Amino acid sequence: MAFPHRPDAPELPDFSMLKRLARDQLIYLLEQLPGKKDLFIEADLMSPLDRIANVSILKQHEVDKLYKVESKPAVSSSEQLCFLVRPRIKNMRYIANLVNADKLAGRTRKYKVIFSPQKFYACEMVLEEEGIYGDVSCDEWAFSLLPLDVDLLSMELPEFFRDYFLEGDQRWINTVAQALHLLSTLYGPFPNCYGIGRCAKMSYELWRKLEDEEDGETKGRRPEIGHIFLLDRDMDFVTALCSQVVYEGLVDDTFRIKCGSVDFGPEVTSSDKSLKVLLNAEDKVFNEIRNEHFSNVFGFLSQKARNLQAQYDRRRGMDIKQMKNFVSQELKGLKQEHRLLSLHIGACESIMKKKTKQDFQELIKTEHALLEGFNIRESTSYIEEHIDRQVSPIESLRLMCLLSITENGLIPKDYRSLKTQYLQSYGPEHLLTFSNLRRAGLLTEQAPGDTLTAVESKVSKLVTDKAAGKITDAFSSLAKRSNFRAISKKLNLIPRVDGEYDLKVPRDMAYVFSGAYVPLSCRIIEQVLERRSWQGLDEVVRLLNCSELAFTDMTREDKASSESLRLILVVFLGGCTFSEISALRFLGREKGYRFIFLTTAVTNSARLMEAMSEVKA
Amino acid sequence: MNRTKGDEEEYWNSSKFKAFTFDDEDDELSQLKESKRAVNSLRDFVDDDDDDDLERVSWGGEPVGSISWSIKETAGTSVSNHEGREQLKSRNSFSSYAPLPKPTSTYSLSSFFRGRTRPGSFQSLSDALSDTPAKSYAPELGRPKGEYRDYSNDWSPSDTVRRLRKGKVCSLERFRSLQDKLQLLEEAVSMHDGNVITAVLIFLKRTLSKEILFRELEVRQVALRHLIHFLKEIGDQKLLLDLFRFLDRTEELALSHYREHLNIQDPEKRKEFLKTCIGLPFSAEDSAHIQDHYTLLERQIIIEANDRHLEAAGQTEMFRKHPRKASILNMPLVTTLFYSCFYHYTEAEGTFSSPVNLKKTFKIPDKQYVLTALAARAKLRAWHDVDALFTTKNWLGYTKKRAPIGFHRVVEILHKNSAPVQSSVFYGSENDKSEVPLPTDITGVCQSGGRCGHKVELSHQVQVP
Repeated sequence: MAFPHRPDAPELPDFSMLKRLARDQLIYLLEQLPGKKDLFIEADLMSPLDRIANVSILKQHEVDKLYKVESKPAVSSSEQLCFLVRPRIKNMRYIANLVNADKLAGRTRKYKVIFSPQKFYACEMVLEEEGIYGDVSCDEWAFSLLPLDVDLLSMELPEFFRDYFLEGDQRWINTVAQALHLLSTLYGPFPNCYGIGRCAKMSYELWRKLEDEEDGETKGRRPEIGHIFLLDRDMDFVTALCSQVVYEGLVDDTFRIKCGSVDFGPEVTSSDKSLKVLLNAEDKVFNEIRNEHFSNVFGFLSQKARNLQAQYDRRRGMDIKQMKNFVSQELKGLKQEHRLLSLHIGACESIMKKKTKQDFQELIKTEHALLEGFNIRESTSYIEEHIDRQVSPIESLRLMCLLSITENGLIPKDYRSLKTQYLQSYGPEHLLTFSNLRRAGLLTEQAPGDTLTAVESKVSKLVTDKAAGKITDAFSSLAKRSNFRAISKKLNLIPRVDGEYDLKVPRDMAYVFSGAYVPLSCRIIEQVLERRSWQGLDEVVRLLNCSELAFTDMTREDKASSESLRLILVVFLGGCTFSEISALRFLGREKGYRFIFLTTAVTNSARLMEAMSEVKA
Repeated sequence: MNRTKGDEEEYWNSSKFKAFTFDDEDDELSQLKESKRAVNSLRDFVDDDDDDDLERVSWGGEPVGSISWSIKETAGTSVSNHEGREQLKSRNSFSSYAPLPKPTSTYSLSSFFRGRTRPGSFQSLSDALSDTPAKSYAPELGRPKGEYRDYSNDWSPSDTVRRLRKGKVCSLERFRSLQDKLQLLEEAVSMHDGNVITAVLIFLKRTLSKEILFRELEVRQVALRHLIHFLKEIGDQKLLLDLFRFLDRTEELALSHYREHLNIQDPEKRKEFLKTCIGLPFSAEDSAHIQDHYTLLERQIIIEANDRHLEAAGQTEMFRKHPRKASILNMPLVTTLFYSCFYHYTEAEGTFSSPVNLKKTFKIPDKQYVLTALAARAKLRAWHDVDALFTTKNWLGYTKKRAPIGFHRVVEILHKNSAPVQSSVFYGSENDKSEVPLPTDITGVCQSGGRCGHKVELSHQVQVP
C-alpha cells in the first residue's frame, strides 16, 4: 500500500511562496484603489482566489461587498467598483453596460479592472469601442501559477485547450512563457529542457526570449530542478479520453475536483449536508490512496478502519489518568482520521453505485478493446447502442473520439451512421460539435486515400505545406493522422500480460489503466529522460507528426547536483489528467525521481469533450 | 446512514455489483462493508464535539468565510444591505477555511513598490519578506504595466512588437505602408504571442480594406486563424462570413451562419431562420441534417401548440393523468419520438404527432424506433403494446418474437419500469408457439435487472432481422 518514496528521492521545492506572491500582488493592486470599494469577481476566479486569500484579507483592504460577474446586473451603492476578471470579451461588455448605465444616470464612480493573469488588446479594444476607455483603469494580476498540491501547479486556464487546439489562437503562449520565467527566477535555472509539440516549441522559444531580455539573474545559481519537459496535449489525446480507475482520477471523473477541492454531496457525507473537501497531500488518508487502483482502495480503507477501531478500543481498559492523556493527546488525531476515513468510504460507495449503474465493466472492456485494436465492430455497435439509448452525450462522444483516434479515423460508413444517430439522439445542433471535433483532429473520417504508403504521404505532405496559399481547409495542419496503432507498437504501450496483472503490486505505469495500457504521454517522458534526448526515438517522433517539433536543450556547464537532476518539471500544455500524474508518480518511485507537474488545467475526458461542444448545457 | 441493514445486505450482495469486478471482489467488498460499520459505530463516540476541526460549511456547501460563500451572501442580501453586512461580519469572525499566514511584514505593501524606478531591482521587497532572503522575485511582478506609457513613434517593428508583448501601450499609427504593416504582422507572428498578433490584426483591420486584408491573410495561416477567432469572439458575424466567402471556405461559411440559430429563442423565428440555412453550401450529408432540423422544429411547433391546448382544456385523459413535464420544443428527435409514443401512440400515420409518421419522415431505424417505443410504452405500463412490438406473424400464421435489439436490453428496460413478470414480453402472449424457448430462470434475470448472462443463448435463438 502507498509506496513510499525511495530514501534518496529529492526534496520538492517549496511552492507556497507562489501563493504568498500572488496574494501580495493582489493586495498591492487593491491598495491602488484606496478607500471602500465593492469587488466584482468572475466565477472562474473564485475558487483559485479562495486558495490564496479569504474574505478577511479582502476586508482588511477595504473591500466592502463581493459580487459575482454574471449576466444579470448587480446593484451596488459603492463609490468605487473593482472588477477581477479573466480577459474575456463578454466581461468587457458586462463592465461597459454597468459604466454606461451610470453615465446615463449622471453618476460618477471610480472603476478599476484587474485582469488575471494578463490583459488582452482585444479587451481594451472593446472598452474603447464602448466609449469607456479612460473611465476605467486597467491593471494586471499575474496570478498564473496556483500550487494545488506539493507537486502540482495549475494555471487554472481550462480555456487554453479550446483556444489553442481548436481555434489555433496563441494568446496563452505568452502567459505560459511568463509562468516559466517566474519559475526559473525562483527555482531555476533548468539545465536540461525537452519538449514536443508546436505549442511546446513556441512557448519554449518565447520563454527563452524573455530570459535573454532580462539580465540573467539566474546565471551562476545552482539549479534546483534538473529537467523540464514540455508536452502538447494533442501528442496524446488517447490517455485523456480513457476512463480513469486510479482513485484520484475516479473521484475527478465522478465528482469533479475543482481547483483541488471536491464537493461531496449528501450521498457521500451520509448527512443532509454537502461538504467541500480539500484533496491534497495533507489529507493523510487520501494521500495514501490517491494513486491506487480503485480495486485496492477497499482493502486499504478496511485496514485503516480496523486500526482505528483498535485505537479507540484501547480506551476501554483505561483509568482516569490514562483517559485524560488519551483525550488530550490522541483523540483529536483519531477524530480527524475518522472523519477522513468515513468521507472516503462514502465516496467509494457512491462511486461504486454510480459505476455499477452505468455498466462500467462493459465500458472498460470496450475501451480496452479499442486500445488494443480488436473487436472493432463490436465496439462500434456498443457505441451505437450507447447513443440510441441516449446515455450521456459526453460519454458517447468520448467513445467515438477514442475509436477515431485509435483507428486513424472512422470508416466513412460508420462515421455517417454514428453521426446521424448522435444528432437524432442528442439534438441536431451538435452538427457544430462534430465540425469542431474534426477540426481538432479528435473525430475524423478516413479519407478514401488514407491507406497511402509512407512515400505517398510524405509527398502529399510536401504539397500541402508548399501550397500554403491554397489550402481549402486551414486546419488540415492541426488535424493530422494519429498513427496510434503504430506508436503503440513502437513504444510497447499495451503490456503483454502473462497471467493476471497484479494491481496491488504494479510493475509498470499501465496499472493506472488496470494493466491494459501505458499512458502514451508518460511513456514518451520516460523514454526521453532515460536517453536524455530524443535519440533513437525518430520513428516515434515522425509518427507523432513532430519531426521539427521535438527539441532538446542542455546547458553544458554541469553545476547541477545529482539530487536536482532527479527532480523533473513536466509541463502539460492543454491539460493533464490525474491518471497521468499517478503514472508519473509511480515512475518516480521506481527510478528515484520526483516529478513536479505544471498544467494549464487539470483535465479529464468529460472536460475535453465539453470544451469541444458548441451547445452549452 | 439511514439504510436499513436488510437494504445494505441486498446492496452489497445484489448481482449488480458483480458487473464491476476486480480481483477478490467479494472479499474486498465485505471488508469495506465491515470497515464502514466499524467507522459508523465509532460515530456516536466522536460526534458530539466533532465540529472543532471541521470546516464550517454553509448550506450551499461553501466553507463559511470563503470568497465563493461570501458572494452568495451578497447576492442574497443585496436588498437589505445593512443587515447583510452585519451578518457577514459576524459569520466571518469564525472563518476557518484554509487560514493563510499573515504577511510577515507589517508595512503596507504598496510602500515597497512606491518609488521604485529601475525595473529589475526589487531589493526592497525581497528584503522585507524576511523568510526568503536569498531569492529575488521576478522583476515583472507587482508593476502595474499601465503606468509605463511611451508615446515615442520611432520604434522598429521588432521594438514595437516587444513593447506590445510587455503589455505597454504603443501606437501603431506610423506603420502606414502595406509593407510596414505586413512586416509588423510577420514580426508578431514570429514571436508566437497570440495577444500581440491580434493587436496587430485589429490595427490592420482598421487601416486596410477588407479585400487587401483578406488577400494578405490567406497566405498567412497563423494570423488568419487569429483573425477568425477574434471575429467570432467579438461577434462580427458579417465580416467573418465575408472572410469565409473570400477564402472559398463554403462549409465553414454555412456552419457559421447556422450557428446563429442558437441565439434565437423564439421558436417561430428560429424555424424561419433554419429555413434560410437549407440552401447553404453544406456537405451533402449535413444538408440532410439541416433539412431534418428544420422539419423537426416545424413539427414540434405544431405538436406543442396542439398539445398545450389539449392539456389546458383538461378534457383528455392522457394529459390529465400524465401532465407534461416540459415543452417538446427544441428537443432531440429521439426525445420527440418518445413523447409521441407516450402521448400519441395510437394515432394514425396521417397526423404529424403519430410515431409512425415521425419514423417515416426522419427514416428512424427499426432498432431506434423499437427501443424508444418500448421505453415509452413500458413507462406507461402498457404491456400489450410492449408485447405487440415484438410479435410478428410469419407466413404460416405463427407468431414469433423478434427484436431488432438484444433481448437483454429489453429485459433491462422492462425491469426498470417494473414490468410484472407474467405480462412481460416473454410471458404475456397467449400464442406460445413462440420460437423462443426461454431459459427457466429468466424470471430471476428480470427481477434482478442485472445484465443477464443469457444474452448469448437468446441471441442464438432469436432471429435478429
